[in-house]
This record gives sequence, structure tokens and C-alpha cells, in this order.
Amino acid sequence: MSKTAIAENIVQENPENGDVKTRRAFLAAAGAAGVCYAAALAYPVYRYLASPSEMALSASAVTEVTLKDAQKLPAGSVLMFKFGPSPAMLIHHEDGQWVALTAVCTHLGCTVQYEPQADRIHCACHGGVYNPYTGANVSGPPPKPLKLFKVAVNAAGVEVSRA
Amino acid sequence: MTTKTMASNVYGWMDERLGLSELAAFARKKTVPVHAQSFWYYWGGITLFLFMLQCFTGVLLLVYYRPGVEAYESVRQITFVMNFGWLIRSAHAWAANLMMFSILVHMFSVFFMKAYRKPREFGWLSGMVLLAIAACFGFSGYLLPMDELSYFATKVGLQIPVAIPWIGPAIANMLRGGPDVTEFTVQRFFALHVVVLPALFIPLLAFHLWLVQRHGNAVPESEEAKPANERKSMPFMPNFLRKDIAMWIISLNVLALLASVFPWALGKPYDSLAPAPMGIHPEWYFMSPFEMLKLLGSVLPGEAGEIAGMLLFTLGIVLWILIPFYDTSKESGRRARIAHYFGLLAVFALVATTVIGYWTIR
Repeated sequence: MSKTAIAENIVQENPENGDVKTRRAFLAAAGAAGVCYAAALAYPVYRYLASPSEMALSASAVTEVTLKDAQKLPAGSVLMFKFGPSPAMLIHHEDGQWVALTAVCTHLGCTVQYEPQADRIHCACHGGVYNPYTGANVSGPPPKPLKLFKVAVNAAGVEVSRA
Repeated sequence: MTTKTMASNVYGWMDERLGLSELAAFARKKTVPVHAQSFWYYWGGITLFLFMLQCFTGVLLLVYYRPGVEAYESVRQITFVMNFGWLIRSAHAWAANLMMFSILVHMFSVFFMKAYRKPREFGWLSGMVLLAIAACFGFSGYLLPMDELSYFATKVGLQIPVAIPWIGPAIANMLRGGPDVTEFTVQRFFALHVVVLPALFIPLLAFHLWLVQRHGNAVPESEEAKPANERKSMPFMPNFLRKDIAMWIISLNVLALLASVFPWALGKPYDSLAPAPMGIHPEWYFMSPFEMLKLLGSVLPGEAGEIAGMLLFTLGIVLWILIPFYDTSKESGRRARIAHYFGLLAVFALVATTVIGYWTIR
């Protein structure tokens, strides 16, 4: 006897097969409705809790920041500012060069600092060192360089924009 | 090893250590009486469910709420800036009102079924304390947004303890954190609302529920009169639980509807120099006591009326709390009838003063 014939036999031997089918369909529908209900409850809660990350996301869409009066920054010093949601630094080098870069270490996300005496950018967390002109990772654990921004200095301030 | 034997092995391991099968046996044995008044058995469960919702939505609000000077600004942010913040806040406010309502239904059903009689006196007493704490939850939570209405409601509400002779003003100052409602008040109400009151409420609630497990559901006198073999009951697991959950889902749907169709408003920020807005009135569950005090004050004007009102009011509450020790007999005698009429009087007084209160809002 073939396999289909056996299956047919079982079907014929079970007169309540129709009931089983409708019950199964009902349970599936009820389960689906329950999942939809739970999702309808969970969605607002998720969106509510996610509000700050959504705000940060829209803040990170920033492409340009104007730092008022930053042109007065003395040579050999640094100005920390926020570019969108994350910290960034504007360095006025002793030789008069202006450099702006992200201040978030590419290793584990600590905020880095500019050290004018050593002429380097240093991360205190794990000792990462970057070049203060190019952002290149010089030594220590950082896997990638710090990103550079475009800098335009005018009479009113300093404009920093995405490179 | 099949999944079935694996599951039974895990269950056996846990059971040996946690005594799960004893719990399961207890749950199987537990039954709930079935009779014409069985409907009222759901209201304790509905209250419990609403309380759990309050904990959940309360924690969600806690994520962005900042007490003190920033209170109003943070509630404004929750309501208008955060995604669905208005809905979470609205659900919390509506569920508080629904919970108050279901507590009152639960209390009066217990009263009229005389479920406070021996051995359930502690159930009644703990329920009274839970009601008092719930009222404190409502009162303290109402201030937290620090808008105009909550400011004046708290200002007026804290004048009530001032009427207590001698120590009244000191109590009011202690609650307010000074002679006026300020950011100090909102800070300490916040501490009450999210730390002190839950710390009191939750263990007491556990005690209340444990008593229900211990003594089972009380039945009304008409059922008690029947011989045991004529009384009907249903197993708690799963029959009653299933109906309980159905009630919870209905409550949740009612809440969702109210919270989304009638979002809770946020008024103007409070201003200690602004005059009270027109038509200001307490929340409905405080309307009745306020109106009673007001009515008594107009019958007996002046300080004498205030003190007499407080005394009469306190006496009524004390009598209500002590009812299990007055109406003790199983037979429906004179005391049982008096207790019944006392209950009817309480319902009438509550409803009438609430209606008058709303009627006379100008």
C-alpha cells in the first residue's frame, strides 16, 4: 500500500477530522489576534522608550555647526563642542592652523583630549594616541583615525562642517 | 532524550528544590463559589490588574519625569515631545481613576456580602488601609505635573489637616515642606508616590491576597443558608482564572479607549501669584468628603463647624472600619440589619454628596 493510501485511510477513520481542522484554524486565528494585540501594546511602549535615540538620530543629521566667536581661540588651545549628539574638538595650532575633528576615540568611545605640550591627541582610557593635524591613529589600541571636519574661519566665528 | 523527557527532568529538578507540585496541587484544589452574586468576585482581581498597570506605566513615566523645579517642564516633554508619551501619561491617570472606582466597588461588594465577618476581619482591615494608601497615591500623584489644577488641588487638600486641633498646622507644613506648595512639596510628594507608598502598599497587598488564599471567597448569606451539596463552585485553575483574565482584558480595553480618546490634559504651569481658576474642584473620589465638610460647615459655620465636621467624618470612618467587630453574628439579626442600613447610608451619602459637589461647581 502506498503512503497516500494510508493517509486516506486515517482520514476516513477519523470522522471528527473537520472539527479538528476548524479548531486548529480557530486556535491559529486566536493566536494571531493575540500576537497583534500584544504588538499593539508593545509598539507605543517601544517608541516611547526609543524617543531619545530617535532624537539623537535626527541630531546626527546635522551637517554644519557655527561656533560663535571661536575665531578668538588663542593659538595652542582647544575648544570642545557638540557636533550633533557627539563631542568634537576645534584645535588652533601654534602654527596658526585650524583643525576640527571628532573627539570620540575609535577604540571604545571615550572622549579624547588635546595635549599641546606633547603635540598629540590622547585618550586617557586605554592610552590611544592620534595625530592632532590629521586625526591619524598613531599608537595604542585605536583601530581607525578620528574623522576630520572642514573648518572655515571668518570674522563672526568658526564654521565646522562635514568633510 | 526527547523534549518531553527533558522538560520533565527540568521540572523534577526545580520541583525538588522549590516544591512546585505542592503549589500545583494547592491551585488544583482551590475553588470559587458560583452563585447569583459571583460577578462581584472579579473586582478585587480587576483592582489588582489595574495596580499592576499603574506600576508598569508609572515606571515608564519615571524614565523621563524630573521632580522639583523641572517637574512641569518634564511632564510637558513627556506629553508633547516623547513618542506616545501622552498615551502613557493618559493611561496612568485613567488607570488611577479606574483603580479607585474598582476599589470602591470591591469594598461595597465585600460590605454587602458581609465578607468581613469571622475569620475575614483582617481582610477587611488590610483592605481599608490599602484604600487609604491608594487615596494617598492619588493625592500625591495629582501634584506631580505641577500645573495650575494640581497646584490648587494640593493647596486646598493640605488645608484639611490644618483643621486638626493643635498639631494640624505642623502636619500640613511637614507634608508641604513649608508654609506654601512649592517645588519642595513636589519633591517630597514624589518620594512618597514612588518609594514610600509602594513600599507600604505592596507587602500589605501580598498579605491581603494571602488572606484570600487562606480563607477562600466568602459567600453571601443566601448561599450560606443552603446545604453544602446544593452549593455550586468552579475550579480556580483554569476556569476562574480564565474568566479573571477575560475581565482583565476588558479592563485593559476600557482603559485603552479612555486613555486614547480622552487624553489627560496638561494645564498651564503653576504660578503662585495667579488666582485660582474658575470651576476648580477635587478629583471625583475626593469630591464626597470635601462636599460633606462643606455642607457641615454651612450648617455649623466657623471653626466649630470645621471641628464638628471633622469629628463626625472621623466617627463615620471609624465605624466603617470597625464594622467586622460590630456585625459578628452569622444569623441575620438586628445588628446585621443595622450594618446593612449603614452601608446603604454610606452609598447614598457618597453618591449624593458627589452629585451635589459636581452640581454646585461654578
